[in-house]
Amino acid sequence: MGKLKSLADLKKIQEEARSKLDLRVKGDNPENYVQIKVAMATCGIASGAKEIMDFLVEELDKRGIGALVTQTGCMGYCYAEPTIEVTLPNQEPVVFGYVDLRKADEIIEKYIKNGELVDGIIPVNYEKVD
Amino acid sequence: MSKYKMHLLVCGGTGCRASESDLIVENLKKELEEKGLQNEVQVIMTGCFGFCEKGPIVKVMPDNTFYTQVKPEDAPIIVAEHVIKGRKVARLLYTDPTKKEHVSDSKHMGFYRKQIRIALRNCGFINPENIDEYIARDGYMALGKALQEMTPEQVIDVIKKSGLRGRGGAGFPTGLKWEIASKNKADQKYVVCNADEGDPGAFMDRSVLEGDPHSVLEAMAICGYSIGATKGLIYIRAEYPLAIKRLQVALKQAREYGVLGKDIFGSGFDFDIEMRYGAGAFVCGEETALIHSMEGQRGEPTNKPPFPAESGFLGKPSNVNNVETFANVPVIMLKGPEWFSSIGTEKSKGTKVFALAGKINNVGLIEVPMGTTLREVIFEIGGGIKNGKKFKAVQTGGPSGGCLTEKHLDLPIDYDNLIAAGSMMGSGGMIVMDEDDCMVSIAKFFLEFTVEESCGKCSPCRIGNKRLHELLNHITKGHGTMADLERLKNMSLVIKDTALCGLGQTSPNPVLSTMNNFWDEYIAHVVDKRCPAGQCRDLMQYSINAEKCVGCTACARACPVGAITGERKEPHSINTAICIKCGACFEKCKFNAVVIS
Amino acid sequence: METVKLTIDNKQIEVQKGTTILKAAREMGIDIPTLCYMELHDMNIENKPGGCRICVVEVQGRRNLVPACITKCDEGMVVRTHNPRVLNARRIVMEFILSDHPKDCLTCAKSGQCDLQNMAIRLGIRDIPNQDISEMSTYRLDTSPSIIRDLDKCIMCRRCEMMCNEVQTVGALSAFKRGFMAAVAPAFEQNLEQSPCTYCGQCVAVCPTGALTEVDNTPQVLRALADPSKTVVVQTAPAVRAALGEEFGMEPGTLVTGKMVASLRALGFDYVFDTDFAADLTIMEEGTELLGRVSKFLKGDKDVKLPILTSCCPGWVNFFEHNFPELKDVPSTAKSPQQMFGAIAKTYFADKINIKREDMVVVSIMPCLAKKYESQREEFSVNGNPDVDFSISTRELAAFIKQANIDFNNLPDEEFDRPLGESTGAAVIFGNTGGVIEAAVRTAYELYTGKKLEKVEYAQLRGMEGVRSATIDFNGLPLNIGIAHGLSNARKLLDDVKAGKSNFHAIEVMACPGGCIGGGGQPLHHGDSSILKARAKAIYQEDANKPIRKSHENPYIKQLYEEFLGEPNSEKAHHLLHTHYFDKKKKIIVKP
Repeated sequence: MGKLKSLADLKKIQEEARSKLDLRVKGDNPENYVQIKVAMATCGIASGAKEIMDFLVEELDKRGIGALVTQTGCMGYCYAEPTIEVTLPNQEPVVFGYVDLRKADEIIEKYIKNGELVDGIIPVNYEKVD
Repeated sequence: MSKYKMHLLVCGGTGCRASESDLIVENLKKELEEKGLQNEVQVIMTGCFGFCEKGPIVKVMPDNTFYTQVKPEDAPIIVAEHVIKGRKVARLLYTDPTKKEHVSDSKHMGFYRKQIRIALRNCGFINPENIDEYIARDGYMALGKALQEMTPEQVIDVIKKSGLRGRGGAGFPTGLKWEIASKNKADQKYVVCNADEGDPGAFMDRSVLEGDPHSVLEAMAICGYSIGATKGLIYIRAEYPLAIKRLQVALKQAREYGVLGKDIFGSGFDFDIEMRYGAGAFVCGEETALIHSMEGQRGEPTNKPPFPAESGFLGKPSNVNNVETFANVPVIMLKGPEWFSSIGTEKSKGTKVFALAGKINNVGLIEVPMGTTLREVIFEIGGGIKNGKKFKAVQTGGPSGGCLTEKHLDLPIDYDNLIAAGSMMGSGGMIVMDEDDCMVSIAKFFLEFTVEESCGKCSPCRIGNKRLHELLNHITKGHGTMADLERLKNMSLVIKDTALCGLGQTSPNPVLSTMNNFWDEYIAHVVDKRCPAGQCRDLMQYSINAEKCVGCTACARACPVGAITGERKEPHSINTAICIKCGACFEKCKFNAVVIS
Repeated sequence: METVKLTIDNKQIEVQKGTTILKAAREMGIDIPTLCYMELHDMNIENKPGGCRICVVEVQGRRNLVPACITKCDEGMVVRTHNPRVLNARRIVMEFILSDHPKDCLTCAKSGQCDLQNMAIRLGIRDIPNQDISEMSTYRLDTSPSIIRDLDKCIMCRRCEMMCNEVQTVGALSAFKRGFMAAVAPAFEQNLEQSPCTYCGQCVAVCPTGALTEVDNTPQVLRALADPSKTVVVQTAPAVRAALGEEFGMEPGTLVTGKMVASLRALGFDYVFDTDFAADLTIMEEGTELLGRVSKFLKGDKDVKLPILTSCCPGWVNFFEHNFPELKDVPSTAKSPQQMFGAIAKTYFADKINIKREDMVVVSIMPCLAKKYESQREEFSVNGNPDVDFSISTRELAAFIKQANIDFNNLPDEEFDRPLGESTGAAVIFGNTGGVIEAAVRTAYELYTGKKLEKVEYAQLRGMEGVRSATIDFNGLPLNIGIAHGLSNARKLLDDVKAGKSNFHAIEVMACPGGCIGGGGQPLHHGDSSILKARAKAIYQEDANKPIRKSHENPYIKQLYEEFLGEPNSEKAHHLLHTHYFDKKKKIIVKP
């Protein structure tokens, strides 16, 4: 990009640059975004959790949903891998199991966008010390 | 375009770099490449995070994990455990000293909880060598707004309304300063940034320049627009090579984008900035000495009035502001003066960056709203006194300031309160002292600095400070009298009253302040010939505890003046008349029999 | 004219806007003590670093005390110049300065005329506390042919730096080091001899302490006087007679020619002659040279060097050799009167009284310190024997007279010896700026036009402005004259000459402001420029009183040419009375 000749030019650069910095901005204030933790322990990786994570990152971005997707260790639900924990702003986290690409898509459209609960929720059976 | 899924932010402030944080960056990059993750995980070197005590710092985003005391050898494990497996590396997490628990999110740390980072908003967040990252954080929007939507008078009005006061030490209202410069007519005006930061132990400005140099450049351009200056000068001390490099990179990038140079944003306004380098003189932080140094003359101050706003660089109206003052400007322009003035106290708005040093647990850089109390700073943010010792005093304002004691702990920090308490804000250095610090020695230590740094132009500072130092030395050696204390006071008051510039006018402050608050310590030195804190070596008595002494004669053999006598296997004794207090016997004794009191 | 009203020590005063508190107070008769401040009024010379902090006063509303010498009066200001706060501050500041100053007043060359000593007396300093633990800033002594630098006594007043850099643009002195050890010295602490110093001595003339003093050559003179085998001859410069009286309590501007001669005879000099005689000689030689060049120029000679520059001032010659060596063919080749005198005394006069050159000692009394250096220049000696053996300043002569317990004030007037003691009015005005060229014009006019000059005084050549110019009508030929005193003004004219832009035919340069009457060896003026003006007036008065006022009419000069030299610019005259110059630009050495 050559010289910025106007505020409009500046704003263009800003938009591009913001998307690159997004990760840090969200990381600093996660409560404002949809937080998704993807279990990426051995069982998770073995069952394709990485693909799910990539899908979620791309699709949420494409559909304009402000979300923070991070990977985490073993959540304990090894039998139901891939598992993801979704926390909508100001809500309790919900864990979904057996998440494949189709399920991930459903979770985005139904739960994240509309708050509609979807099949496959795993009840939480432990307390987290945060 | 591949999107990074994780950012590893590594602190690139000079403190952490001294602990090889640049090697950490290298190793992380190497590790990621080996594992084929270089397109998914970005490694960024940022500015100072402030928590220097626990550096080098590595912050993992987006999960907001704060790693402390990271070594270059830790790179593989961070990648293997955290990046790949998503498991935090426990031994690198911060441990809260009271709760003894790991805290991974910096927001929950005692150090950060009360801080509001405005001047340091981008430090530790962006890569300072990438202008795009600055722009992503609203960089240069304030300049654009000023040029396209506001008149120079409106810009000055915003700064005035915000209540921003100079962060270099004197606290002069910034808006008013800009207004005076704008009113003086001339064919050329200058905006000068004082980046000399001479106070020993102060590194607020350095961190801003290393971590967010564009904020200063943008602010200078805004200032230039408001006062009618087309040229800016940054006077930076040569001892800051990293800050210089970051500024040079920033200037280059800003010029490439045209946000510095001719016709910025097509507004018709020209502004460009030159750098000038100091040469190791604290006195060149004084604005008139700074200006003369830039003009190629001897770095000596000249009498004010006339002030630089009327007659400054090359005799033209010049507005001189500190780095931190400038760093606040863009965000005030964007968020509005009401937001800024909602933070702080009635007469001191906004936040202040402090460099915490001395006998405190959390040594580092903090930014707190004005009005935060000393107790909060020292005990909550600072984590209390090291090694569980008792708090004695805190020196604010460096060699120009005074000390505050226990009775001032609940003082809300602001410009006027500190002056009323016998100290001053200064540039933000805070040196914490404990029960083992001798206040007379502290005063002597600060005088050593000002004697060294005096330019020599005026008699009270050139000679008076030297005499003050000699007298303090005399007292710490145990030869002082009550008359000497009276003379110390009188000399200090006269030096303050007659010196030509701020250096001389404030150099006696440590003396007056310690005499005021710790008079009993001075009396002890002079009347009892005793140093209560146990620091003044010449006032200490060396003796041998007969019960512990086994008569091995090791101390007697070590003594260079033959002051120790005693038979083999019999307790020895020290002749205090001959003893020169070198401490050799203390070092030699394996039985802890030598006692220093 | 805008004015401001203010109150000083409870008294109201109205002054012009921009007036300093110091000047306003003086108008009211309040004399605020000053130390580093110095102003030579009307001569554009002012030293105001505001650094000594002795002149501090209290201004209501200001937090600290302010220096009166540079603080401008504001409307409604309330000033107190001597309340307890101010008196205490002044005393402590003075104690500071004295605590870092050698206490050898008893043997210091400046004792009795030292500004610092006077200030200590005035402020009533009786004790300097803690001297046993006070470090002093000490330096090595530097002796040059003319000036001694004793930096231990420097109080950083910056007067010498100001004179050397701003008034003289020589640049030999500047502040060095920082803090306690700061002082003023040549770059890299070199000796003056290695610096571009011209020995003009203006630094010595303004130094308030014994840090800068002249080399004292009276011991050598005394030894010569005590040597029975030597014939000691003395010559006195014109400017001395207008100032010597000041050292004996007389009013500035009192002419003491007669007493001066009497005291020199009383001191034991064998012959008391007058440098003015040699000044007349200089006019003969230089005037002829000037006319020679002008004639060539009028005939169309493109190579002739014009303007001709006077060369009697050794400080100026030094400046020239350092800064404009490429123009070294431009000045007159005539020696200075001091040197011409020495050359003639040791040849013509030595022959007359039948003594050998080696048995004659020529002493000069000069208002100038550069003359000491000039007398030592190698080219001014024959087989190692200098034309002028020793040069002592007016101050040294006064001290010498006092040592010899001669009651100067009550001496009867005496006359100079002949033949080298007779001079004209044209010679005596050499002491003033513009005097040399005026003297030259008086002779050149008659020589060129062949007409008699009725009115010998040229008012347009007189005055104190730094650069002056006039056109004198030489019966149809307009001669453009330029005059500069103070080397910064000389530099201005020389820059024009170098650039080929100069329209002058002749330029007179004197290194010292005011001319020789303001020389580095004269009684100290302590910043009072009215003293310089009074001396200049006295010189012109002496000229007016003289029966003969044109150099070529001096019968002894005529005799000298008839008996010895032949005619002006003859081969013999050339050999004895002319010189050449050197490129000294590279001689400024900086040793690592």
